[in-house]
Amino acid sequence: MASSVPILAIRDLRAHFHTRRGIIKAVDGISFEIQKGETLAIVGESGSGKTVSQLSYLGLLPMPPLRIAGGQAFFHDTDLIKAGKDKLRAVRGDSISMIFQEPMTSLNPYLKIGTQLIEPLCLHRKLSKKEAWKVASESLEKVGIADAARTMHSYPHEFSGGMRQRVMIAMAITTKPEVLIADEPTTALDVTIQAQILELLGELKKETGMSIILITHDLGIVASVADKVLVMYGGKMMEEATAHELFSASSHPYTTALLKSTPRVDIPQEVLPVIGGSPPDLSKLSPGCPFYDRCALRLDACKETAPKPCSLSPSHRSFCHLETVQ
Amino acid sequence: MSSTLVTTMDSSPEQAQLLTSTDDAGISPWKDAFHRLLRNKIAVCGIVFLIVEVTACIVFPWFSRYSFETQNLEAALSPPSAQYWLGSDALGRDLLVRILYGGRISLMVGVLATFVTVLVGVVYGAVSGFLGGRTDNVMMRVVDALYALPFVFLVIILMVFFGRNIFLLFIALGLTQWLTMARIVRGQVISLKQKEFIEAAHSMGISNTAIVFRHLIPNSLGPVIVYLTLTIPEVILQEAFLSFLGLGVQAPMASWGTLIASGVGSMEVAPWLLIFPALVLSLTLFSLNFLGDGLRDALDPKGAKD
Amino acid sequence: MGLRYLFGRVSIMLPVFIGVITVIFFMIRFAPGGPFDKEKIVPPEIMESLNAQYHLDQPLWKQYLIYLADLSRFDLGPSFKHANRTVNELIAEAFPVSLELGLWSLGWALLIGVLAGAMAALKPNSWLDYLPMSFSVLGICLPTFVIGPLLVLIFGLWMGVLPVAGWDSWQDRVLPSLTLGFAYAAFISRLMRGGLMEIRTQDFIRTARAKGLSEVQILFKHSLRGGILPVVSFLGPALAGLLTGALVTETIFNIPGLGRFFIESALNRDYTVVMGTSLLYFSILFVCNFVVDVLYVFLDPRVRYE
Repeated sequence: MASSVPILAIRDLRAHFHTRRGIIKAVDGISFEIQKGETLAIVGESGSGKTVSQLSYLGLLPMPPLRIAGGQAFFHDTDLIKAGKDKLRAVRGDSISMIFQEPMTSLNPYLKIGTQLIEPLCLHRKLSKKEAWKVASESLEKVGIADAARTMHSYPHEFSGGMRQRVMIAMAITTKPEVLIADEPTTALDVTIQAQILELLGELKKETGMSIILITHDLGIVASVADKVLVMYGGKMMEEATAHELFSASSHPYTTALLKSTPRVDIPQEVLPVIGGSPPDLSKLSPGCPFYDRCALRLDACKETAPKPCSLSPSHRSFCHLETVQ
Repeated sequence: MSSTLVTTMDSSPEQAQLLTSTDDAGISPWKDAFHRLLRNKIAVCGIVFLIVEVTACIVFPWFSRYSFETQNLEAALSPPSAQYWLGSDALGRDLLVRILYGGRISLMVGVLATFVTVLVGVVYGAVSGFLGGRTDNVMMRVVDALYALPFVFLVIILMVFFGRNIFLLFIALGLTQWLTMARIVRGQVISLKQKEFIEAAHSMGISNTAIVFRHLIPNSLGPVIVYLTLTIPEVILQEAFLSFLGLGVQAPMASWGTLIASGVGSMEVAPWLLIFPALVLSLTLFSLNFLGDGLRDALDPKGAKD
Repeated sequence: MGLRYLFGRVSIMLPVFIGVITVIFFMIRFAPGGPFDKEKIVPPEIMESLNAQYHLDQPLWKQYLIYLADLSRFDLGPSFKHANRTVNELIAEAFPVSLELGLWSLGWALLIGVLAGAMAALKPNSWLDYLPMSFSVLGICLPTFVIGPLLVLIFGLWMGVLPVAGWDSWQDRVLPSLTLGFAYAAFISRLMRGGLMEIRTQDFIRTARAKGLSEVQILFKHSLRGGILPVVSFLGPALAGLLTGALVTETIFNIPGLGRFFIESALNRDYTVVMGTSLLYFSILFVCNFVVDVLYVFLDPRVRYE
């Protein structure tokens, strides 16, 4: 797996917000790679920078206040960070598509679903409206919307959250993207709908061979769909592993804490442990590990020096001083 | 017709953030609001202008060499000079004194008509909100229906057919403006009736006095004061509008509207007769609108935050 | 948006309309002075025949019923002052002039307002934003009767490039329509900017960016429709404002439109003409507010009137 050439390779990405209150290092030194057909889950609490880590290199965040302070984002051979606005636009919605957390607000309420659905096709594939309408209808059928023809002529408010998320997915896959970035796609949905959407994403991946970057805070989801996992905290990488390695042999204290605080059906638990304290203020980070304040196993070194990555296997890296000490 | 919409426009979010970021504990909300208002430069400019203007309107005519009626036909239509600071009109009357006298009338109509507005609006809104249910529903339907009427036409008819009496004028103008006030007061009364936030405050152990001063008064009085400040320019504008058409204040009395109207008549030979009254009226409207906006931002940090 | 809504709407407006007719009717009749007071003393026989012709010899309630009966046939009755002319005829002459003026003004206002607002929203906090927004503050605070004379002074008298009065050539249309439209251009530009800025923060704009649309495509396809909604809801009040503003504009520029006609008739106590014109104004407002509501539904699919 590691031998093939990655579709998307992010190297040491740093995305900082320059605000009146100072520089907020929302993303600070993130690297990952994704191969064809792989699902990468990016896990972290809200505010850990997982969304920014994706939106920033796609140019979807307003600059200023955002500034890319460093790093590269290679999509095939193109560094998206150095690419111009037009080049980025050509990639967005064509080979890299996105779906978002809020299906209720992510669709334009003033336009018919069909009108919105055909946009990427007309724009990137230069299809006529009529052809695009046909392709888009098929894509609606693919995501399990029975009455596609009528749905195309409806407005978003006529549908439930789950249905809208299906529409969003249909819109994202019309152009047969190589990478689909799904930003908390199920967070706003009911549990039963969540399962359906995840299942749908899995099927589509199998069918089209696209890669998926799944941003989530829910380790339960990670376990069921992800191949690889990247754990983020305070804008920094904590641990990177295959899903199997993470759940069987997590190394970083933050990951361990996170796993412990996830409810499990298979192990009876009376009290769910929580991680004490609250996420750090990203404008006042020390040079050390951002998890220092809340870490149960912290060392003196953790406060002042940033931990170096420690390889536990070819696919497993942990950013923690504990590993280096042992 | 115009001024109230200024308030619904955005104030810049940075400014709003700046205004709200410093609400330190321990300062009473009114003091707090006052400080926020003082930090709003354009509102302060408005206040200063209004204070100067009102003082001048009251005091200056007493000390002036001229009364608003003093005619001097030999100095008719003289441009601004040391003798007539802002020039003189076709009858040789001093324009500055006439503007200040006109200001007395215009400002008085503005304040008195707004008083009528507050009186009617507060009573109507409070009764509607307090009674609630069907009565409230019917009373608000009436307000909705009245919103669709162009009151100016009714006022014109009233003024024409019942004589151009200044008391009639400010009552009529007051009666055109009370609808929004009634809505605001009703909303406040209803929200105070529910008092969820007051119960919440109780449960957090905040004393009654603190609740009254910290929550009730700012919450109910704020919007009324803000709307009141914005009604005054609206009424002044309406009065000037009617006077301009010859339907408001009658000679020999003058208001800014009649001064502008006569300025239009002689603007070819004496443009200052148009320009100065127009300038004073406009600056007054500006100041009151900016003050109203400033007050709204200062009194309603909630709204300003978004 | 069904028949039920339409029916409900009319069922609210009809009583208001009849109420207005009643109020104006009796207000005029109870006012001191009649339409023939100013005329030279006429022989009693002629006076009697005049009174008979206008039903003035009938008891008041009967006059009222006669008026309502005529009105139901869209007959506004004969004019009291213009011999042998009916109110319908007089309105038919003056109304097209006012309509043209109003359309020109609204056209200006929409064109300038929407463009300036969109420009400001595309580059917020740049001079493309500050410049039009400063102008709009001017436009909102300066009343028509100040802008009009100032435009006449500058373009008509000092520069001599445009005619200052009349309604014959196309040049005659420029200054009046600019005067009347300026304030609305100002409002519309602010509403447009505010609407677009609000839309810009919505999630679906991010979706559109993620699809690879350019900023211009996003503006026209995704933002404009929602962003223009505040402008659409403003069109109702704007129309009321245009009607009253036309009173002043037509007076300043000596335009033979409905507004000047209304003022003249009011001053002349031409009962039927005042009634007729007022009712026309109210009907126009009612119809246009209704059209605005329909337009709103068309633009925002989520809105349904019950």
